[in-house]
Amino acid sequence: MAKQRKAVSLISGGLDSMLATRVILDQGIHVEGINFFTGFCVEGHTHAIRSKDKKKEKRNNALWVAEELGIKLHIIDVIEEYKDVVLNPKHGYGQHLNPCLDCKIFMVNKAAAWAWMEENDFDFIITGEVIGQRPMSQRKATMPIIARESGADDRLLRPLCAKNLPLTLPEREGWVDRDRLFGFHGRNRTPQIELAESLGIEEYSQPAGGCCFLTDKSYASKLEDLWQSRGERDYELDDIMLLKVGRHLRPAPNYKLIISREEGENHYLTGYQHEHTTIRTVSHPGPVTIVDGAPGDDDLLFAARIAARYSQGRGGDRVTLSITPPGKDGREVTVTPLAATEVIKSWYV
Amino acid sequence: MSEHEIDARRLLCPMPVIRTQDKIKTLEDGDLLTVTCTDPGVTSDIPAWCRIHGHEIIATLTERREIIITIRVHKNQAKAP
Repeated sequence: MAKQRKAVSLISGGLDSMLATRVILDQGIHVEGINFFTGFCVEGHTHAIRSKDKKKEKRNNALWVAEELGIKLHIIDVIEEYKDVVLNPKHGYGQHLNPCLDCKIFMVNKAAAWAWMEENDFDFIITGEVIGQRPMSQRKATMPIIARESGADDRLLRPLCAKNLPLTLPEREGWVDRDRLFGFHGRNRTPQIELAESLGIEEYSQPAGGCCFLTDKSYASKLEDLWQSRGERDYELDDIMLLKVGRHLRPAPNYKLIISREEGENHYLTGYQHEHTTIRTVSHPGPVTIVDGAPGDDDLLFAARIAARYSQGRGGDRVTLSITPPGKDGREVTVTPLAATEVIKSWYV
Repeated sequence: MSEHEIDARRLLCPMPVIRTQDKIKTLEDGDLLTVTCTDPGVTSDIPAWCRIHGHEIIATLTERREIIITIRVHKNQAKAP
């Protein structure tokens, strides 16, 4: 009896990896999914934080795809290891701080080098990559770079564009039939949508801005500001999570304010009161503000005036707020809210 | 059979799922695991992860802003990573 061949599929939660997996499952291969959590993933966190998104269905698309396909999914925390990809990308950044090519090499390498894959006798790796789909990582020239530098070499199969690429191990060995793979290329999504229809896949996720915050101009600008203000290019998970929440204003180089925009963010930022000085409005409904950096007493009073600007007392003369350093008792201050014209545009990070 | 707990409060998805997955790797068939979370996304994600790996949700409670999910571990499935 022929050996049951096994593949690990990189599942992002989008349509392409879903299709690539389904195509290989349909050839009788046992497939299990792997999904990497870098800390920069768009879905999940932002939906969970903001109250305005309460009605949106909160689901992890990778888990949803795995369940639809009837495969297991292993979610791997790569936050620490991924720092090197973000901070020192060998192949550089895309339009913003997105190290897409290094990211793909990292993820394929993580799958290929995953001891579990060998222990459980998996034979090859599949991805939903399509030549020409992405300007940085999914080009004809980058496909062999990813295969080579990840160490996966010919154990890496891209079922959606395999016919445009050299034979891989699973094709050469006859584990999969190349004739039943595809030759998609370019940014046109019609072939994928038609394939989904032909396979009876009616529901799928197609995130408009991709699935990574590093491709977002505003987010990248906040990350650059963080590095510049600290004098070093580094981050912790809490740093990159906080960049996704609230208004960020830097009135002076030594401190930054993160001001909540609504109730969900109020609750989220309150979770950071043990690490950061927190400013809350007392006399009027208003935001929770956390202070990042090393502000002096005068800075905190000025920060209170800025926070008051975003409270319901903004039209009045006086707003009372509490200023609470981490682990200490707070004090109340009464200040005049900053006028709209006094909030300098360049403060917005 | 033994009972275990994870505190996944303040963590946002998929971290509570990853903590659950990694804890279950160390548990035995029939063990109970209680996960305490604050991210509402867990009510979708932890059950989805359990369904695809063959574990069983035996209770989900919401107390104020906390969600407490109890899972019975079934290990007669393929080995977790």
